[in-house]
Amino acid sequence: MLLIRCPYCGERAEVEFSNGGEAHIDRPADPMSLSAEEWAQFLYMRDNPKGLIAERWRHAHGCNRFFNAIRDTRTDRFVVTYEIGQPRPDVTPEQAAEAAR
Amino acid sequence: MERFSALSLAKKALGGHLGWKPQWRSVEQPKKAYDIIIVGGGGHGLGAAYYLAKQHGLRNIAVIERGWLAGGNTARNTTIIRSNYLFDESSSYYEHSLKLWENLSQELNYNVMFSQRGCLMVAHTVHDVQVFKRHVHANRLNGIDNEWLSAEEAKEFCPPLNISPNIRYPVLGASLQRRAGTARHDAVAWGFARAASDMGVDIIENCEVTGINRGPDGAVTGVETTKGTVNAKKVAVSAAGHSSVVLEMAGIRLPLQSNPLQALVSEPVKPAFPTIVMSNTIHAYISQSDKGEMVIGAGTDSYVSYTQRGGLHIPAETLAAICELFPMFRRLRMMRSWGGITDNTPDRSPITAKTSVPGLYVNCGWGTGGFKATPGAANLFAWTIAKNEPHPINAPFTIERFRDGVMIDEAAAAAVAH
Repeated sequence: MLLIRCPYCGERAEVEFSNGGEAHIDRPADPMSLSAEEWAQFLYMRDNPKGLIAERWRHAHGCNRFFNAIRDTRTDRFVVTYEIGQPRPDVTPEQAAEAAR
Repeated sequence: MERFSALSLAKKALGGHLGWKPQWRSVEQPKKAYDIIIVGGGGHGLGAAYYLAKQHGLRNIAVIERGWLAGGNTARNTTIIRSNYLFDESSSYYEHSLKLWENLSQELNYNVMFSQRGCLMVAHTVHDVQVFKRHVHANRLNGIDNEWLSAEEAKEFCPPLNISPNIRYPVLGASLQRRAGTARHDAVAWGFARAASDMGVDIIENCEVTGINRGPDGAVTGVETTKGTVNAKKVAVSAAGHSSVVLEMAGIRLPLQSNPLQALVSEPVKPAFPTIVMSNTIHAYISQSDKGEMVIGAGTDSYVSYTQRGGLHIPAETLAAICELFPMFRRLRMMRSWGGITDNTPDRSPITAKTSVPGLYVNCGWGTGGFKATPGAANLFAWTIAKNEPHPINAPFTIERFRDGVMIDEAAAAAVAH
């Protein structure tokens, strides 16, 4: 089970959280102008990286707030968790190496 | 190829089981070029190579595998084979596969130990009952066997089942597909590998594809691998959980999320369990292997991961359900647990199709239920590669269905990954 640091509550067990999929997907600013292909990209196509992923989590059995995390999908080690609305933080090579370890 | 028969096996047994030879050619170094390269040496990839050679006469084929033969999901699943899916598109695909399973040992001259012991899908709520009955009717209209059993009839078919009304989710009934069953997963891969190799297919293990090469017109020209460049006009990807990773090399984004799915086996016991029981509602999947282990399927972890392991709370939840449904297993000790990486689509139906890149084909998105489809998917993938167009059965299973809104929503039909 993962140990996840909620930016609001601190470290908690994974069972308190639900995963919300890929982070930083913006809703279309002008939905009426989207083509079918663009809708498919927005709704269904996802990054599925073997390596660092930016993903959403919700502290469902805690503060119930969404936040984002960067995690290495090869090891499941978290690099950082951060509040919704913040841009995706830069990951230093040292942090990336630590997460891949 | 050495053909097996009762006589040949008896001879080997009397000879002290000496003199067994490798059943397929091990190719260390790939040739410079092939007609077709298949990326992924699991059941689906090896099967596709077999059907390409057998049914389409194409024999200049390489199967390139990053690890060892069938070391991924082919060896990690719980081997449930059934075709009782709701939608016409799905049930005809899975039924195509089930029909091939029924003759696979004879076809490959290799015992895949296909055992049609039936699959009981247990209903615990009024909603379950309605949905499963709908499945039964839909299947029967399509000529696929499936029947509804009362709780008492289900217990008669599977005596260990606890149908007490006093458990948390009492058994209200079950649907039964009698032609469903299990098979020996390794044997499926080995049987396909042996037969394909015999027809000239090169199987190259420990060779990772690191890039997909394309010509000025955008069409595929081959792949880069850890054993050098290999050219081919057609590249077919059958890489399960790693499909996104491989297709990204050609700039294709897929509607896939890779999640760990866990399974576990108990210590071996004497034959105690006559069938397969599945409960989608409380997430328990169980059958008994020929070695005597209870083979138990657990759920998926919720996050994207390539670790081939997952959280212990996932199998713990499944074991709680197993203990309640089958009280006689409460003192059974679990021996091993493991994870496999499943590639899940939003509608939980697979993709067996051409891609937007000429010469590049993909068979993926089988998620948590690809083993049952092994011969069917391999057969139709081979057709799609050979003819450069899908067979009518797999024609609906495109990537474009997500753009066009024609999904095959087994996710909603089963209300669970399956």
